[in-house]
This record gives sequence, C-alpha cells and structure tokens, in this order.
Amino acid sequence: MTPFLALLSRDIRLAVRAGGGAALALAFFACVVTLVPLGVGADLRLLTRIAGGVLWVAAVLAALLSLDRLFQADFEDGSLDLIALSPLPLEVTAFAKIAAHWLATGLPLTALSALLAVLFDLPPTAIGALVLSLIVGTPAVSSIGAVGAALTLSIRRGGLILPLIVLPLLAPVVIFGSGAVLGVLDGLSSGALYLLAAFSLASVVLSPVAAAASVRLNLGG
Amino acid sequence: MILSLDIEDLTCIRGQRVLFRGLRFTVAAGLLLCVEGPNGVGKTSLLRLIAGFLRPASGTIRLKTDSGDIVDTEERGKFIGWLSHQDAVKPQMTVREQLDFAARLYGCDCASDAAMESFGILGLADLPGQYLSAGQKRRLALARLKLCARPLWLLDEPLAALDTAGKKLVADTVAMHCASGGIVVASTHEAIGLECETLRLAR
Amino acid sequence: MAGIFELANPKRFMDFSARFLPWLGVAAGACLLAGLLLGFSTPPDYQQGDTVRIMFLHVPAAWTAMMAYGLMAFASAIGLINRHPLADVAARTAAPLGAVFTALGLITGSLWGKPMWGAWWVWDGRLTSFLLLLLLYLGYIALGSAIEDETRSARACAILAIVGAVNLPIIEFSVDWWTTLHQGDSILRKGGPSISPVFLWPLFLMGLGYTLLFANLWIIRIRTEILNRRVRTLMLSGGV
Repeated sequence: MTPFLALLSRDIRLAVRAGGGAALALAFFACVVTLVPLGVGADLRLLTRIAGGVLWVAAVLAALLSLDRLFQADFEDGSLDLIALSPLPLEVTAFAKIAAHWLATGLPLTALSALLAVLFDLPPTAIGALVLSLIVGTPAVSSIGAVGAALTLSIRRGGLILPLIVLPLLAPVVIFGSGAVLGVLDGLSSGALYLLAAFSLASVVLSPVAAAASVRLNLGG
Repeated sequence: MILSLDIEDLTCIRGQRVLFRGLRFTVAAGLLLCVEGPNGVGKTSLLRLIAGFLRPASGTIRLKTDSGDIVDTEERGKFIGWLSHQDAVKPQMTVREQLDFAARLYGCDCASDAAMESFGILGLADLPGQYLSAGQKRRLALARLKLCARPLWLLDEPLAALDTAGKKLVADTVAMHCASGGIVVASTHEAIGLECETLRLAR
Repeated sequence: MAGIFELANPKRFMDFSARFLPWLGVAAGACLLAGLLLGFSTPPDYQQGDTVRIMFLHVPAAWTAMMAYGLMAFASAIGLINRHPLADVAARTAAPLGAVFTALGLITGSLWGKPMWGAWWVWDGRLTSFLLLLLLYLGYIALGSAIEDETRSARACAILAIVGAVNLPIIEFSVDWWTTLHQGDSILRKGGPSISPVFLWPLFLMGLGYTLLFANLWIIRIRTEILNRRVRTLMLSGGV
C-alpha cells in the first residue's frame, strides 16, 4: 500500500469511527433541511423553488462541521509532526486529507440529499441535477474548507472562525450548485454545472498548496 | 548511512525573543547527545529546528551521509525519527493498526508484530488506543520509532511520565539504536543512564 | 521598487512618514472638500432628484474598499515572500480600514437605493458582492485576533488574504451570473444611473480624496502599530 493510500484509508477510518464524524454530519444535514419548511411554511410550490438552495446550503454547513478537526486532531496529539516527516510532500498529505473528507462526508451527504429532495417535491430530473451538482461541487467544499481548517488548526475555539472564513469563499459553489437545479426546474440550460466543475477543479488543484503552506506555518509553532 | 549531524552557527528566534545564538556542535554516528536546560530555554525549539519544523534565523543544519551532505530541510526530514511527550496515539485505532499505518506511511516493512513483541505490547495489539496507559502509549511510540527505521532520532522528553521499567526500556532502545550506527539527540530533564555528550542550554 | 524596500526599514519609514503625513492630510481634505462642493453644485438628476448626490459618497467608498483589499493581498504576498515585518503590519492594519470603507459603501448604497427601489436593501449584483467583501474582511480580522502568536497570526492572515484575492473575481463573476439567473421583481439597472460628464469631475475628486484619506489613516495606523511593538519589546526586556 502506498503512503498516500495509507493516509487516505486511515483518515477515512478515523472519520467513520470518531464520535461526531461523518454520521453526525448526515444527521445535522437532515435536521437543518427539516427545519426550513417549518420556518417557511408547507407550500410545496415554494419549497420546490427553494429546494436547490436549501439543500446546498445545508450540505455546505454539514460538511463544515467535521472540517475543523481535519488537521487539528492530528496537530493536538502530535501525529501531524510524524506525518510531516513522512516521504509524502505536505501538499500531497493535504490532498489525501481532502479526499478522505470528501469520501467520508461529501459523498454520503450527496447520497442523502437525493432522499431529502423528495421532501421538497423536486421532480426526478431536478433531483438528478441536484445530485450531480453535489458530486461535482462537494470536492470544492472539502478543498476550500481544508484551507480554512489548516489556517485555524491551532485555535482552540476555532470552530466558529472556520465557517466565517470559508463560507464567503464558497459563495460561487452555492450559486452554481443551486443554479443547476433551478435551471432544470425552469427548463433552461444555464451552464451552471460546467462553471461549477471548473471552479471545483481549480479548488481541488490549488487548495492543497494553500493548506500545506498553512500547516507548515502552524508546525513551526 | 549517516555519518554525523553538524550544527553550524545556529540562531533561533521565537516570538520576539532570541532563544540562542551562534550555536554549534557535531554529533557523530553512534552517539547520544543529551540536551539539558531549564524550561523555556529552547530545548524543544532546537529539536524542532533540526526536524525542520522551525526555520532558523541564521545558521546551517547539515546531515553528513556517505552519499553527500544534506542541507535541505525537506530532504533531512526523511532521515528523522521523531518522538515527543505527545505520543501521537489515536484513541480510535488499535495498536496494530497504528503501527501498520506508520510503517506504510514511511514506506517500511510492516513488521508490526516483531516491534510489538520487542516492546512488550503484543498482547495489546487489538486494543484501541484510548484504553492504553501512559506507559503503554510510550511503548507504542517507541515501537513505531523502531519500526520506521530512520537513522537520526530526535526525542523530546522521552522519559516523561514513565516508571522505572519504562525508563529502562527507553535507555535500552536508545543504546541499541546508537550501537547500530544511528544518532540520537534527546532533550531531557533527567539522566537517561547512558554514556552521552551533553549540551547544556542556559539563558 | 528598491525605494519601497528601503522604506520597509521601520525607522526609515517612521521618519519618512512623519514628514509626509501632514501634507497627505491636507491633500485629502482639499480633494474631499473640492469634490463635495463640485458635487453639490451639479444639477439634480431628472429621475432621482437630489439623492443622486449620494453617489459621490458611495462610489468612491466602493472603489477604496476594493483597492484596500488588493493592497492588503499585495502586502501579504510581500510579507510571505520577503518576510518584511513591515509588510505584515501594513496588511493587518489595512483590514479594519477596508472593512469600514466597505460598510460605508453598503450603507450609502442602501441610502441611495431606498428612494429608487423602495427597499432598504435589494440583492443586486454589486451590493451582494460588496456584502461578501465585507464578510471576507471580517473573516480576516477574526482570524488575526484569534491566533495568539504574532508571526503566525500575520502569516495565516497573509495566506487568507491571498486566497481571498484570488477568489474575489470568481465571487464577483458568480454573483453577476446569479443576478441574471434570478429575475427579481424590480428591474434594476446595473451600476446605477449612467454617469453623465458633469458628474465625472466631482466623482474623480471624491475618489482621489477617499484614496488619500485611506492612505492617511493607513499610515497613521502603521505608525501606531510600530510604536506599540516597540513598547511591547521594551516591556518584555524589562526596560519599562
């Protein structure tokens, strides 16, 4: 097993086992999504209209939940020092952690969204667009979130600062992601998915560099 | 095969304070260097500088090997085995899983069973880390250190929170590593009980 | 560029800015005064009446806020590459100023829009982008105050500023795209009323005035921070 795969599988294993990992994000996702109709009323036409946005925002928030521990857990018990001394460059380490987060949290959230979309009476084509947009867009959430996680890894109560830093940077993802759903609902082809894919690709490629720089910065502490 | 660790004219600045200036020493292969001094004087910083986590304000850290000198930080990192008082034990992974992970991450042979055997934790192999005592966690960390087969060991307070048996185990492990040509630099408040060079840092 | 790096020596910077600052203040004041006078002497817009004059407060604030973020990112980059302590100070002190100018831009934008749109806020492209810019500033400031170690704090903020700067054009593009996707109830002309030539001079003067004012406040803040650090160093070494 290569070092990269070793780190990837270990992080996925930890995410699944640690109390408050991936399962918690799914439960949180369901809670938030349930709360919205309680807040805006049960008018199905309205709910269908806002479904894409609600599901996207809730998914982003749920993904952010487990992000603050992405580097912090290893930093606090000294594991990050050991990982930094491995043959893997720090950028590849960051990429492995991003991939692990996506596989353990992003993908399950995407799967659950298909089910929750039924609560909003989304037609199947729109659900398909939603799921596709989440598959394409959640890597960007994990990537940009990882940069925030690396920047805040030394802050004990960094839990709330992470969303503040990361959410404005994720505005394009939410816009394009929900735009894809709306496009299908309105019968327009808006190119949202392509824009989302481009943004996601750029994030996944560039974020490990910024995250590695931030980790290096904090290791020298 | 490493030949020596050479510290030339090293200066360390943390925050706005100069911790030490113009430090120089050499540790040849097969030797143990004990770094002593009061708290806050820079022992951990020195170790972290050698490991490459910190950048020196000035000076060079040179690792002499039989295939040339290594001055680059990232390159040097591949020769280093690190042990700090934080044991890097994951609560949710079993002992065996953690050793296997370390071996795979560092690209070494997965000889976890042998390592666990030598450090007396084979019986704990399938126990999750959260159930281990402090001494057992340190044994795990030592087993991992041995497993990853890196020539230059940097140990930060390796005797902390250990009983007599544990301390003897550390001493034996260090002695064995030095005997096989490795270099050990350890920061410690108390004597390891082996013949060593001593570097005393003072304010 | 060599000139800037010479100034980067704190002592030289303090001396240079001490001589420079009063003139900067006078210039800023003069531009703002001239801009306001010219602005108020322009004829009222046939559609908006006198409220069009808020443009002279809003548009320059918007320019300055954007410029401040760019300067912050630039100073951050220099701080990371060259490790000049002054670059770090410059970036950190620019943030609260930039945030204030952004908030000013949002408030004046809202005031300007109320007579036009009938609501205190509308989600048009420019204002929404601006709101996100304010959030970026707030995130930067929050990160800076949360990290205790000074050097680490500066470097972390630098990375965040650069990531934000790279992302900012994308954010603006996506918000733009978003406004075309959602046809709002009110039809908003992007960018407000078309600028007729008589508005150009006051706008230019106000823009210059705001920029000089920003420069003024920024230099004052940098000087203050340098002095603060000197005091802290003295206290730490037992001098005071």
